Amino acid sequence: MARPSTIDGPYQPKGLSLALETIAAWLLAAIWILPLAYAIWAAFHSPEFSTRFSPFAPLTLENFTRAWDAAPFARYFLNTFMLVTLVLSCQLVLCTLAAYAFARYEFRGQGIAFALVLAQLMIMPDILIVENYRTLGKLGILDSIPAIALPYVASAFGIFLLRQTFKQVPKELDDAARVEGATALQTLLRVYVPLGRPVYLAYALVSVSYHWNNFLWPLIVTNSVEARPLTVGLQVFSSSDQGIDWSVICAATLMTSAPLLVGFVLFQRQFVQSFMRAGIR
Amino acid sequence: MPKSISRRTILRAGATGVSLIAAPSLLRAQEVKELTFYYPIAVGGPVTKLVDTICTDFEKDSGIKVTPVYAGAYPDTFTKAVTAIKGGSGPQFSVLLAADIHAVRDLDLAVSIDEIDNSAETKAWLSGFFPGFMANSLVDGKTWSVPFQRSTSVAFFSKPAFQEVGLDPEQPPQTWDQLIAAAVKLTKKQGDAASRWGVKLASNFGTAQWMFGGLANQAGHTLMNPSGTEAYFDHPKAIEAMNFWRSLAFDYGVTPKGTTEWGTLPTDFMQGAASIIYTTTGNLSNIRQNAKFPFGVMGLPGKEGPRTVVGGGNLYIFKNAKPAEQLAALRFAKWVTAPERAAEWCIKTGYLAVRPDAWETKALKDYVTEVPAAIVAKNQLPVATGELATYENQRVYKVLADNIQACLAGTKSAAVAMKDTQTEADRILKPFKKG
Amino acid sequence: MPRPHRRSTITLEIIAPARERSEKLHSLPATHLMSSPKNEIHAWLLLLPAMSLLVLFTHWPALATLIDSFYSTPKARRPSVFVGAENYQQMLADPVFWQSATNNLLFALGTIPVSIGLALLMAVWVNDRFAGRTLVRMAFFTPTILPMIAVANIWLFFYTPQYGLLEQVRGTFGLAPVNWLGSRDTALGAVTVVAIWKEAGFFMIFYLAALQAISPSLGEAAAIEGASRWHYFRRVQFPLLMPTTLFVLVNAVINAFRMVDHILVLTRGGPDNATTLLLFHVYTVGFSFWDTGYAAAVTVVVLLVLGLLALVQYGVLERRIHYR
Repeated sequence: MARPSTIDGPYQPKGLSLALETIAAWLLAAIWILPLAYAIWAAFHSPEFSTRFSPFAPLTLENFTRAWDAAPFARYFLNTFMLVTLVLSCQLVLCTLAAYAFARYEFRGQGIAFALVLAQLMIMPDILIVENYRTLGKLGILDSIPAIALPYVASAFGIFLLRQTFKQVPKELDDAARVEGATALQTLLRVYVPLGRPVYLAYALVSVSYHWNNFLWPLIVTNSVEARPLTVGLQVFSSSDQGIDWSVICAATLMTSAPLLVGFVLFQRQFVQSFMRAGIR
Repeated sequence: MPKSISRRTILRAGATGVSLIAAPSLLRAQEVKELTFYYPIAVGGPVTKLVDTICTDFEKDSGIKVTPVYAGAYPDTFTKAVTAIKGGSGPQFSVLLAADIHAVRDLDLAVSIDEIDNSAETKAWLSGFFPGFMANSLVDGKTWSVPFQRSTSVAFFSKPAFQEVGLDPEQPPQTWDQLIAAAVKLTKKQGDAASRWGVKLASNFGTAQWMFGGLANQAGHTLMNPSGTEAYFDHPKAIEAMNFWRSLAFDYGVTPKGTTEWGTLPTDFMQGAASIIYTTTGNLSNIRQNAKFPFGVMGLPGKEGPRTVVGGGNLYIFKNAKPAEQLAALRFAKWVTAPERAAEWCIKTGYLAVRPDAWETKALKDYVTEVPAAIVAKNQLPVATGELATYENQRVYKVLADNIQACLAGTKSAAVAMKDTQTEADRILKPFKKG
Repeated sequence: MPRPHRRSTITLEIIAPARERSEKLHSLPATHLMSSPKNEIHAWLLLLPAMSLLVLFTHWPALATLIDSFYSTPKARRPSVFVGAENYQQMLADPVFWQSATNNLLFALGTIPVSIGLALLMAVWVNDRFAGRTLVRMAFFTPTILPMIAVANIWLFFYTPQYGLLEQVRGTFGLAPVNWLGSRDTALGAVTVVAIWKEAGFFMIFYLAALQAISPSLGEAAAIEGASRWHYFRRVQFPLLMPTTLFVLVNAVINAFRMVDHILVLTRGGPDNATTLLLFHVYTVGFSFWDTGYAAAVTVVVLLVLGLLALVQYGVLERRIHYR
């Protein structure tokens, strides 16, 4: 299989233009990585060096011990992982089913139903915190990971994207599957879902990144260590009477982001290519 | 006047009635097995673990399991508690800002201690707190909260910087004039670029009103009436206080123009970017640990002499709890503020022990000998005023902070800033003014 | 490996534009028409899980908010009463509302085009081969991994006066000091930069995947015709990236009205409301002031604005992607 990224195209810059582009890319990258670079610096040095950059400052792991002692980060990490997994898997299932209905069925109330879905494109659950809290309280599931996830599970964005995707699947493929005796759900699984892979991937990235970073709603809805995600755990350090202790914040940030960072470094090629491959095969 | 007397009589009658009902629940308090309370953390260090230990010890002592829920910073905790209670669940009690008293009452969340238990024993216990810390608890003759993690505003100063410019570190400034004189010497700058500011005060939303409460007290002015229905920002003394703050930046050039962030002040101090910082007693252990130079703690200089403002959080017991639960929560409040535990809390967190008898314990006496700076804050209590607390206090804080920031940015004069604050505050407080 | 071209084109090109855009797509029917009583039940059964959750967590609470906006905020001594448009009048008279609306507009105008433009530039660069490409890619991707609530504190250090990173750098060049977050002139710009940093790296991933999916044969053909690199980008790559651009745009617009975490850490809306955005105003009024009635009114306005934007975007998306 040809991999465009490994073959130089005619527009691969050479000579001077390559040098210029390399320098420019490196400069921009340097700016972009600055927060991470600073986090690494501050996390491995004692607080007195958190704002002074001296090449021979002694290294220390003390900040990590302090951060680790201050909160059960392993548990928070697990919680965030479970939250993101739960949200994403439910979103994919529900959105696929709904999108399929919109793309391939004609039914009474379709227009209204679709308008109702689109409404959520704008009414973000973030705004409806008080009302949603009340609802979850009535359901009796406050302070749990499903409680953080539920308001986000039916995603208009996902339904909309997948509906677009499914609508572009040609009728012939659908017909062929049916002629072979596949039911509607089987057709969905065999024809539509595989063809929508790049969209699923893109959507997954948006969703994971959003829920990995989400803060306000989990803060309000969780009380216990068993349910609290990382972002809420990190909050312990950020606002206090004592002011900001950058060393500990950075140590905690690094600890919690390290698995993802390492994952990206190791798998970034596969990651980008899986986007691409699904699209061009 | 007769009108208000009759209202008070009715209130008292009501309170007695409630206490009559509450009396049998003394027995029922034994049946309470579990309580939940929310608390904020405003200082670093493993406070969560300390709170967990306190609750475990309480369970051993009383058989009541108390689940402490760390809920973020003060505003987060308030938000969480209100959201939870409005959502129909929520904690039986919580640590919230002492100054949130009127906000809590306005939302009808809290039950007064008098309503829970009107016994002579409880009254005696309540009278054992520092009066300065009770300033934000008493409204309409009732006690609405119990002082717990309390602080005062104090200033930290760098002794080497003082010596460097020929100031006596054992004689820190006591008055505004002395402060200005010292700060002018301490400031090191070329043009607008200061490598070291003489003094820094925080003016971000959330802290500005606290600083300003202290400054107003320094000018001999209180910003509100005790019942929180009126605020006095356009008073000449309030304008004088604002003008003093502004002059530090614009006339004497000893503090930066624009907004200064609370969170960076300790680092400013430890990096030598500011020689004097106005902050809280809660910072003592942090600065003691991390400052690489000898430092001193001083009361905030006033127009005539040191004056400061109290801050920090109190325990509020909520209406939504059952009477027996309220009693159990009160029992916890008594337990946690007992001298030895108040002393331990003080030593481990840097907050002030809230009762004079705690300062008589051996543990705290030893601590004070070891860290003389700790006693400065306690000694400021007689000259401390209550924190700015009105109805809709967050809204009033916001208006005040906006105007302070505008003034420190140079877009408004002190008089205009205070007049604007007053106009807005009057509008906000209008519904609460009685007849 | 043979590539079934038709299948490649039908895959939605939001991420991966087709190698060659098939003309056949234009003639494809938009939908299968399956309309029978049995199918109607099927359709509704498929919709049911998503729809019931939408009603429970979006429509019902939104309706409750709309109703709330016509009532006063309930207080201990004053139960909630119907006040008609009073909350809306209060809003129109509230200078902070107007300030936050203006700020939000500037914030959106700052973040959306710049972050999309930068994302595209980054993607074009890391799509070429050069020394250290993997590291550069990782650098661009870091904002996605670091939670905003934590990273905002790091940005706070960058912007801190005197010894903050920015000031240390400027100091070595002898430039006049700036209180980036503390002065009205620079604060909004400073928080906008943080948002751009956060977004551009994220969007780059989508552009990169889309660029890699463009058939090399198009580049070869263009090269034979002697097209310059700019011309190739402008006439071939950019149009093929259009679906990705729209996808990214939707996200950028939503985020421009949704990001408040960094404001909470960096400025809390200050100085003097210079960085108050609409959702932050809603949050302050609703969760600091507990004025739920007024907060509901502001929320309704935010929803209307976003609704309008959603409609416009929906129209564009439908036209540009579906019927293309």
